[in-house]
Amino acid sequence: MKILILGAGQVGSTVAESLVSEANDITVVDSDGDKLRLLQDRLDLRTLTGNAAHPSVLEQAGIADADMLLAVTQSDEVNLVACKLAATLYNTPTRIARIRATDYLERPEVFSADNFCVDFSICPEQILTEYIVKLIEFPEALQVQRFSQGKASLVAVRAFEGGPLVGKPLSFLRSHMPQVETRVAAIFRKDGPLIPEGSTVIEDGDEIFFIAATGNIRSVLNEMRRMDKPTKRVMIVGGGNIGRRLAKTLENDYQVKLIEHNKKSCERLAGELANTLVLNGDGTDEKLMQQEHVDEIDVFCALTNDDENNIMSALLAKQGGARKVIALINRSAYVDLLQGGKIDIALSPAQVTIGSLLAYVRQGDVVAVHSLRRGAAEALELVAHGDRQSSRVVGRRIDEIDLPKGATIGALVRGDQVIMGHHDTLIEAEDHVIVFVIDKRTVKKVEKLFQVSLGFF
Amino acid sequence: MQRTLTVIHALGLLLVVFSAAYLLPVITAVIYADYAILLDFLVAMVWTLAIGFLMWLLTRRSKGELSIRHGYLLVVAMWTAMPMFATLPLLLAIPDLSFTDAYFETMSGLTTTGATVLTGLDSLPPAINVWRHELNWVGGLGIIVLAVAVLPLLGVGGRQLFKAETPGPMKDTALTPRIAETARNLWVVYVAITMVCIGALKWAGMDWLDAVCHGFSAMGLGGFSTHDASIGYFNSPLIEFVMIVFMLFAVVNFATHFLAWRGKSLGVYLRDAEAVASLSLILASCLGIALFLWWQGTYTGFWAALRHASFNLVSIATSSGYASVDYAQWPIFAPLWMMFLTAIAASSGSTGGGIKMIRTLVLFKQAGREFVKLLHPAAVNPMKIGGHVVPNNIVFAVLGFIFLYFMTIVTLTFVLLISGMDFITAFTAVLASINNCGPGLGQVGPASNYQGLTNFQTWVCTFGMLVGRLEIFTVLILFTPHFWRR
Repeated sequence: MKILILGAGQVGSTVAESLVSEANDITVVDSDGDKLRLLQDRLDLRTLTGNAAHPSVLEQAGIADADMLLAVTQSDEVNLVACKLAATLYNTPTRIARIRATDYLERPEVFSADNFCVDFSICPEQILTEYIVKLIEFPEALQVQRFSQGKASLVAVRAFEGGPLVGKPLSFLRSHMPQVETRVAAIFRKDGPLIPEGSTVIEDGDEIFFIAATGNIRSVLNEMRRMDKPTKRVMIVGGGNIGRRLAKTLENDYQVKLIEHNKKSCERLAGELANTLVLNGDGTDEKLMQQEHVDEIDVFCALTNDDENNIMSALLAKQGGARKVIALINRSAYVDLLQGGKIDIALSPAQVTIGSLLAYVRQGDVVAVHSLRRGAAEALELVAHGDRQSSRVVGRRIDEIDLPKGATIGALVRGDQVIMGHHDTLIEAEDHVIVFVIDKRTVKKVEKLFQVSLGFF
Repeated sequence: MQRTLTVIHALGLLLVVFSAAYLLPVITAVIYADYAILLDFLVAMVWTLAIGFLMWLLTRRSKGELSIRHGYLLVVAMWTAMPMFATLPLLLAIPDLSFTDAYFETMSGLTTTGATVLTGLDSLPPAINVWRHELNWVGGLGIIVLAVAVLPLLGVGGRQLFKAETPGPMKDTALTPRIAETARNLWVVYVAITMVCIGALKWAGMDWLDAVCHGFSAMGLGGFSTHDASIGYFNSPLIEFVMIVFMLFAVVNFATHFLAWRGKSLGVYLRDAEAVASLSLILASCLGIALFLWWQGTYTGFWAALRHASFNLVSIATSSGYASVDYAQWPIFAPLWMMFLTAIAASSGSTGGGIKMIRTLVLFKQAGREFVKLLHPAAVNPMKIGGHVVPNNIVFAVLGFIFLYFMTIVTLTFVLLISGMDFITAFTAVLASINNCGPGLGQVGPASNYQGLTNFQTWVCTFGMLVGRLEIFTVLILFTPHFWRR
């Protein structure tokens, strides 16, 4: 596929990186030549320096025969104009734009075919914010991913001594909680994945991925570890795009304190936020943290755009007594370094947000893609089409499906119903199937499995 | 000197506009075939017109833009000159009226205070009564606002004048791009609501003269009445109810009325934090005072207590100043609470007086901010009212205003005490004057009026009314050395 990416910022370069590995022709356009050079040094792609909203630049970048346009520059307006141009001048089939301003997002007609012709808009900040909100809602979880508009969720949790299930085989779960349907999709022990079976015994420190209907998350979490008190106080460092959105989402349900070092931004934030206490100061100032009782904070989020600052302030907060600390870290090397250490959750924005983009880029009926464990594993939501003849999935029991090694069907969403994937579950047409893939290399095979053979048409 | 001539030029023009106000009593005199009064009003009208025209004509070479400083001078000059010309028909028609009393009466009318020195209101010629009430009405929204609306008068300076006359700390809410358009819209809304009010009063049982007069004074929150017994004369719960509704209407910012009318939605009122605060405070107080009077046994039935408490409280709190009973006889808590409300309850941009609800909100929030600041020294905590940030300079201006407001009350009270008045009378007379409310307590209570005051005391109260209507700064700025320094 020929893909044109506008903007070589954080989102642009991460998308480029993950798409290159899936064998596509990629051209990246940005006004900053230095950024492009860095990107070209690392990846096998073409780059072009220029204004991404100018037709001449787009033409030069080969928009005429591009299959897809990804407009992910810093500016909403440039992205909108580029999509409009691509649609009207060059008939580009698929146009995706990154739109941040809620003003645009609140008016879907802006994206319609009559206006800016955006097929799909993504807002990385919004996705990230929703992701963090889930983590705050379930402070025990390491990761919460939603499928089928939130009907089913995939949750990662570290098992701790004291949870009723710890030290027991998985089959105990079913007898212990007969009324709650859940399925453990994978267990990672000392970084090695295990394929869970009924006899697998859960150990202290295991990272467990389970799928459950969203309403059941809390009771399943309860099995894996002693529950903490529910979150009440949240402290956020950094009042940028993400910090501001997060504070706005949380401020009516939690006590939120927001630390921002820029005085001007503070005033703007304080004007915008109704119930958040905005503090002017440095996120790494331990005196300020003490003064604001960091020891009573349930969730501490370091969300500035500086990795080192986020790490330091998260460490200080943990030291100061915050119950759970989350740090936003862009550099993947740092993420690997820190995960599981003193910092409870090292968030990589790229990994969190890339999923929704990838779902669009990939072939077949992929509804959602979520990267797990820093991109090593993946969870996919696919739609099964066709019938027993045309499809290799529909009309078969799960144990009849030829899944590659390391892939498990976690659950099905049929209408409003969430059905756990047991070996004898029959898959019907139009089911949304949630597949958990331990090894990313087998993703392609899984996608192929769900493609309908030509006989269907 | 050149600039002063410009002020006189503009003042002349304003007086010409003002002379049009005589038309209504002239028409009334014609309707009632009262030709002696007709003559008095025609004489007054011609004099005002002639003097205004001469002032305008002789200084026409000095036509020009007004500076900020001269804008204040013009507003104060106009508000001193207007009552002066307005006394002409009163002096001509009522032979034994002194100029002091006549000036007090017209100032009280124009500033929407509604205090009177006249007795025997019932027997005054209809044209005189219409005149008094029209002053209430015109003064309510402001003659200069009207002038800005109907004339492309003073160019850019118009906005400055508009600000100097309109009450409230934040006057930059431009409803329309042009100030003349804004002023015109406000007057259209004002006229429309007044018409409805007059119709409603007629329907409730007043005759046309009373309906027109009370419609004018209710919308201006003035409080003049055509009867010595004020609204008590009618003894009709329906009339009292209609009056309450329209007084509550007038106590809300007319800009909010305009927005509601233009947007055809009532949600605008809910978003106006000031209106919500002042209406809820007034309504809660009605209920509270009614319960208090019932509990104290002032009235035997709760409904009687509610009726009298509601009417008199709304009347005083909105700074109108009608009375239906002698509430000075109630236990002292009730009338004092009413005097307190009159100081704070009206909205900015309404026709009411006092320090305005918005300033009260600012003070409350400022106190809250200080608490937060003590607990969280690093907190950035801007003041927000209705979701909008109030800049610090406005907060400081409000603090300055409140200081001046209290100092003016204290000073004028002392002046009245020196003149030999008793404390309750002096204090409440000053409060009632500055808040443009009307009746006080004691010697100037609802059962009596300001007739018993000495000339000196009358002038003090007249000054209080002017200072209160123009919100202190506009008047007192003329007494600062900075104003006159070049």
